[in-house]
Amino acid sequence: MPLYAERPPLPSEDKRWRIVNGTMRKHGYSRNALIETLHTVQSSFGFLDEPSIRFVAKSLRVPLSQAYGVVTFYHFFSLKPPGKHTCTICLGTACYIKGSDKLVAQTEKLLHIQAGETTPDGEVSFATARCVGACGRAPVVLLDGELSGQIEAAELTKQLERWTTQ
Amino acid sequence: MNVEELQQIAATAVEEREKFDYEINVCMGTGCLSQHSDKVKAAIEKEAEGCGKKCHVRRTGCMGLCAAGPMVLMEPSEMRYGHVHEGDAKGLIASLGGEGATRLDPRLDPHLGGYFDGQTHIVLENSGHIDPEKIDEYIARGGYEGLVKALTDMNPASVIEQISKSGLRGRGGGGYPTGLKWDTVAKVKGAQKYVICNGDEGDPGAFMDRSVLESDPQRVIEGMTIAAYAIGATKGFIYVRAEYPLAVQRLTVALREARRRGFLGNAICETTFNFDIDIRLGAGAFVCGEETALIASIEGKRGTPRPRPPYPAVSGLWGDPTLINNVETFANVPPIIRHGGEWFSSMGTARSKGTKVFALTGKIQRTGLVEVPMGMTLRQIIFNIGGGVPDGRKFKAVQTGGPSGGCLPEEHLDLSISYDALISAGSMMGSGGMIVMDDTSCMVSVARFFMEFCMTESCGKCVPCRAGTVQMYELLTKITKGEATHRDLDRLTELCEVVGATSLCGLGQTAPNPVLSTLRYFKHEYLAHIDEKRCPAGVCEFSAATVDAARGVHA
Repeated sequence: MPLYAERPPLPSEDKRWRIVNGTMRKHGYSRNALIETLHTVQSSFGFLDEPSIRFVAKSLRVPLSQAYGVVTFYHFFSLKPPGKHTCTICLGTACYIKGSDKLVAQTEKLLHIQAGETTPDGEVSFATARCVGACGRAPVVLLDGELSGQIEAAELTKQLERWTTQ
Repeated sequence: MNVEELQQIAATAVEEREKFDYEINVCMGTGCLSQHSDKVKAAIEKEAEGCGKKCHVRRTGCMGLCAAGPMVLMEPSEMRYGHVHEGDAKGLIASLGGEGATRLDPRLDPHLGGYFDGQTHIVLENSGHIDPEKIDEYIARGGYEGLVKALTDMNPASVIEQISKSGLRGRGGGGYPTGLKWDTVAKVKGAQKYVICNGDEGDPGAFMDRSVLESDPQRVIEGMTIAAYAIGATKGFIYVRAEYPLAVQRLTVALREARRRGFLGNAICETTFNFDIDIRLGAGAFVCGEETALIASIEGKRGTPRPRPPYPAVSGLWGDPTLINNVETFANVPPIIRHGGEWFSSMGTARSKGTKVFALTGKIQRTGLVEVPMGMTLRQIIFNIGGGVPDGRKFKAVQTGGPSGGCLPEEHLDLSISYDALISAGSMMGSGGMIVMDDTSCMVSVARFFMEFCMTESCGKCVPCRAGTVQMYELLTKITKGEATHRDLDRLTELCEVVGATSLCGLGQTAPNPVLSTLRYFKHEYLAHIDEKRCPAGVCEFSAATVDAARGVHA
């Protein structure tokens, strides 16, 4: 019996798997590299699906239950593919004091989805964040990852409508 | 690297700067970048090119006043401009040399009132003055003098002695004496020891660590390396939030530069001391700010805390002795070694030494990052530096310490800032978020907001925190809907005691604090919601049925 179980083959021809494999190799396929590797998967593919979690768990010889436990424990990891556009409203204290809860209510009403969901047509994902650290510019919204500070309700509506009516 | 070589690098960097008559620093921190300061810098560079004046345009880190971004600092005149647009580039270049110095934005005084005057910069001494990706600019301002001094002139014990003498206490919130912590780890025997920098700045409303990492990353690396020498560690980790991509990028460059200059790696400064640092990304879990949870996260596991003792000093990362300090704590270390512990302890109060960086936000005129000596009053920070509450509104409360802290009312504005004074007033220092609220904020809703935070962020390992925060949240929701009775209020108070006393880690132990402090200072608001079905701030909405019932109207 070999000392170590063989590492699984890359799930597909997709070149992004090589990047994922690169991260694991950098850490010597150590179990400690689980979170680092999941970060790489998410930044390469946008989210973590079952085959990718299985692949990472097997490569690092981590029980699948532990890998799944880690994925669901941390808010940053997502099991669902993101929409074409993303809108993230910061709900840190400074943003809350400046009325970001109203922005959330307004967005949920406009998109007909709750925070953490994607519109049925896959156009817009809507999420809330726990402080992005730009409190000096509260309330803060991340539109497709771009930070917009001191955003007005009307301005946000306009941007969201532009996305939904395309 | 020895002292002479270091001085040589510094001299070359200074010489490089002296080639220019004027330096124009453009803030490229997260706050200003979101207002397109990169385009402003490009416009100024283009304008500077053929202007005939010897000027240098520099990318820098945060200048503090995020509300007025993009910010530009002129050197040597020390003139600061805020709200700079691309179109202002021409005027800025024309103003060099004093020919018709243009006031760019009438909304902003170039000296910004008292914003910069009342501050003492130690941690932020280089922020806004150096390019965070150029190590030589850091060296030119005294950087790495501390490390070279420690390695060539001092033994580990005398480094710890200076830190103890300085009276530095942990800046992450706990306020544990740093010297004592270092001494404990140094005395534990172990072949492998670790240094961890806690950059998991999860407190909503706090961004000082992000700013330090973005503006002056070398300072944190130097602090960690000095710590590693003092305790005998060979490996370090910086744990940064994944939500801070710019900080991660600047740190990555900074680590590479530090290795290139020989401040990290093997045989540092031609001694037998080896040390290197890796970055670990957080993944969005507030509880990972707790040291044992953070260690679990670095090990690639779910970030759940474990009971202490054993403390990480004895059994930390992979069971080895580990030193964990906050970003700001490490950032204080190089100047302490450079100037000596006594210099640092000459600032501040009897038991809280030095300075503290605060993120001043919320309903305040000038939001941004301030660094003030310990012992300054809340009133001085909020009104003299921050400019008070805008729009003619009335100050109601200031929240410090994040979800673990509390809200302090107007009566406490003359409180001198120190670890102990804040705790006795029912709040805490925390990592340094300071959120100002005016009379449009409902204190019950604020308490509910923090409880929701703790409820969502509870890791679920221990019952008091997992179940207690949910129950407290439900009770607070009931109050904000006007459906609560006095019995609910009693139950809430009781739960606060139980959760605080029996939770496993700091998250649960301090989760009741926002409720307790608002109950202590704003009980009348709770009672107005319960007895009169009325929200004094006009935030909470009650259904017609509850209001009618309170008035004795029966449908």
